[in-house]
Amino acid sequence: MDWLTTVDHKKIGILYLIAGGFFFGIGGIEAILIRLQLIKPMNDFVSAQVFNELITMHGTTMIFLGVMPVIFALMNAVIPLQIGARDVAFPFLNSLGFWTFLFGGVLLNLSWVMGGAPDAGWTAYTPLSSSTYSDSHGVDFYTIGLQIAGLGTLIGGINFLVTIITMRAPGMSYMRMPMFTWASFITSAMILFAFPAITVGLVLLSFDRILDANFFDVAAGGSPVLWQHIFWIFGHPEVYILILPAFGIISDVIPTFSRKRLFGYSSMVFATILIAFLGFMVWAHHMFTTGLGPVANALFSIATMLIAVPTGIKIFNWLFTMWGGQISFPTANLFAVGFIPTFVMGGVTGVMLASAPADYQYHDTYFVVAHFHYVIVGGLVFGLLSGLHYWWPKMFGRMLSEPIGKWTFWTFAIGFHLTFFVQHFLGLLGMQRRIVSYLPNQNFDTLNLISTIGALLMGVGILLFLYNIIITSKKPKNAKADPWEDGRTLEWSIPSPPPEYNFKQTPLVRGIDALWKEKMSGNKGMTPAEPVGSIHMPSPSILPFIMSLGLFIAGLGFMFSREGFNNSFMSFIFNNYLVLIVGLLITFGAMITRSLIDDPGYHIEPEDQEEEEKA
Amino acid sequence: MTSAHAEHVNGELPHEPEKATLEGRNKTLGFWLFLGGEAVLFGTLFATFLALRNSNNDGPTAAELFSLPITAIATAILLVSSLTSVFAIQAMHRHDLQKLKVWLIVTVALGLAFLGLEIYEFYEYVAHESFGLTTSAFSSAFYTLVGFHGAHVAFGVVWIGLLIAQLYRKGLTVVTAPKVYVSAMYWHFIDVVWVFIFSVVYLLGKVG
Ligand code: HEM
Ligand SMILES: [Cu+2]
Repeated sequence: MDWLTTVDHKKIGILYLIAGGFFFGIGGIEAILIRLQLIKPMNDFVSAQVFNELITMHGTTMIFLGVMPVIFALMNAVIPLQIGARDVAFPFLNSLGFWTFLFGGVLLNLSWVMGGAPDAGWTAYTPLSSSTYSDSHGVDFYTIGLQIAGLGTLIGGINFLVTIITMRAPGMSYMRMPMFTWASFITSAMILFAFPAITVGLVLLSFDRILDANFFDVAAGGSPVLWQHIFWIFGHPEVYILILPAFGIISDVIPTFSRKRLFGYSSMVFATILIAFLGFMVWAHHMFTTGLGPVANALFSIATMLIAVPTGIKIFNWLFTMWGGQISFPTANLFAVGFIPTFVMGGVTGVMLASAPADYQYHDTYFVVAHFHYVIVGGLVFGLLSGLHYWWPKMFGRMLSEPIGKWTFWTFAIGFHLTFFVQHFLGLLGMQRRIVSYLPNQNFDTLNLISTIGALLMGVGILLFLYNIIITSKKPKNAKADPWEDGRTLEWSIPSPPPEYNFKQTPLVRGIDALWKEKMSGNKGMTPAEPVGSIHMPSPSILPFIMSLGLFIAGLGFMFSREGFNNSFMSFIFNNYLVLIVGLLITFGAMITRSLIDDPGYHIEPEDQEEEEKA
Repeated sequence: MTSAHAEHVNGELPHEPEKATLEGRNKTLGFWLFLGGEAVLFGTLFATFLALRNSNNDGPTAAELFSLPITAIATAILLVSSLTSVFAIQAMHRHDLQKLKVWLIVTVALGLAFLGLEIYEFYEYVAHESFGLTTSAFSSAFYTLVGFHGAHVAFGVVWIGLLIAQLYRKGLTVVTAPKVYVSAMYWHFIDVVWVFIFSVVYLLGKVG
């Protein structure tokens, strides 16, 4: 119950982690099933229809329900601590964002048991995703589930933006913010400008499917390429929404374990901003083969290649940070350092793809699959695993086991390269993506076998990580405030896990790497910026849960509003939009309740703070 | 804690009560950002409309359908309502609760009048011009863009209506003031969007 009503950003972070981890698991199982199907030529392990559903759900689940929430988990757990804040700007909305994400994700996955999962690819290209070619409810689950989940992401983005703008501790100027906070800040801004576009796209697609509108129906004057523009104007920024937080994590982890400050801090900040800006300019590199014409292709091609410049700056800064440092390699740093070459490889294939004429050859082959897995798995997932190992003691008060962590890294990293490295060659040899099977003796057999073995090995790595979590959760909560002993940023100046109010006294920040600076001046901790006093906290609330539940019900109601049921009662409530209306009433009712009842919150007095400190 | 707690300091209400607390300031800033997202949302809808506005698929065209006098009246109504919401905020800064409520009520009334006109317009199209959501790509884009805006107006009407009720119950405080302030921001925003709709959809449809 506590967890249903919590508005504490640290607990919401844990909720995001659990839910994201769960969906990541589902996406992982889907991936393994895909690879098992492709283990040998002419395999009939799954049917073509199920295969289409698997690849669609794998991509969709991983991006929207797996890695995004884990990013949000870390942002929630870390940002307020890094900027010396007691809370986020909108604790209530924070909880709402989590619950809408969860209900959206559950809705999407219900498709597996309610008559067929989406089967038009994670990009849902029309006309494949139109009701003519995809006549189960699968794509409806996609449009409506993602709509609800996307709402949560947008709310989260706004919340982090405001938090970072207004809640920084005294002295924490923008140019002193830790890189993870910076990256999250820029990511949140990108979310704000990218997600509304996909919101519209999903509305249009569901109108086409459910209300017979004609946006993408050529016969009635609609345009399928319009869908691609809308999708990618969101979709390309989305890939940077995914990678920038990983850049942030790496930029915090590497200095800590090199015992050196980040090389080129300000160039890192500006590179991040530049990447975000360019990220919005290049969406059509996903559409070179749709016939945009040579001028458009050339412009988008050049704009895309430009991104390599700020990215390169970042790579060199990380290398220079390690240069001459006293480097140690706990698991967190293994993943961080392992990230660099894998991401570089993904970037290089990216530049290859960005060359429009060459892309006519690579497009829709396994080369593209290899490219984006190198950046998303080799980049983002490595980054997340680094961050999780790094901040785990802060989040849970317990250190993960290092020996198991090392095993996790090596199995995962080797499995990863086995899986995806060979896919470059599969692509160059002409193996198309999204095909359920292939003929023998086309030089695809061995490489596919290797790829599947690699995928299984990655699975082992993830299982080891889970095992690590389980045995760690049985250990005593004895992590120190600064368990790595070389912590540089503010989160390491308070107990692990932090008390409800984070900072008993708001700290005074005197430079980049605020805690390190104090350590170097011989101080034991941060200098407080205010006297000890009573701390105001927001009250927990069940309303976010209820609002999201209402949206979930409304979504189902809308989706099945045209369904022919055998049961007359069901027909009555669905076909008359009653379910839709009830769902919306629940949501609006909860919103009205929220606006009429002010939350006075509560106070934690200094005596109780002492007690919490001892507990 | 400090500023977040100004509301416990029972004293004079500051000149700009919406900015008196950290919560209030956060709300305003968060709302500005939200409107940035809304701008992208409408931008995408406009782009869609522009892409499809000539795809009328044997159905009625924009030039055949639109009647500029009606939409001009609707535009005037909405612009005036923006003005009245400015009066409301000015009254709030003078701490004149009475006037504040009156101007908000006028704003809501104008919003309702606008919605009435829009419903009448849609009804005419569907009933007499057989121009529905499914007629053509143009019709889909038209109803979605204009309808989204209409839904925003309707939401605003309900929202400000509820705020008026709150003002009657709780008066003007540092808690209610930011809510009134952001609702006025919202109202200006949908007004601006309408100006674009008037130009891009109706004027361009008639003459372009
Ligand atoms: C160094 C910068 C990068 C460049 C130049 C680049 C370039 C490209 C190009 C041109 C394509 C289209 C290939 C085709 O469909 O024929 C592509 C696909 C893709 N890229 Fe990248 N990319 C870069 C970084 C990234 C990053 C950082 C991510 C994610 C974190 C990413 C994720 C993807 C995904 C998911 C696709 C495939 C989408 C699909 O068709 O399903 N890329 N990239
Ligand atoms: Cu891209």
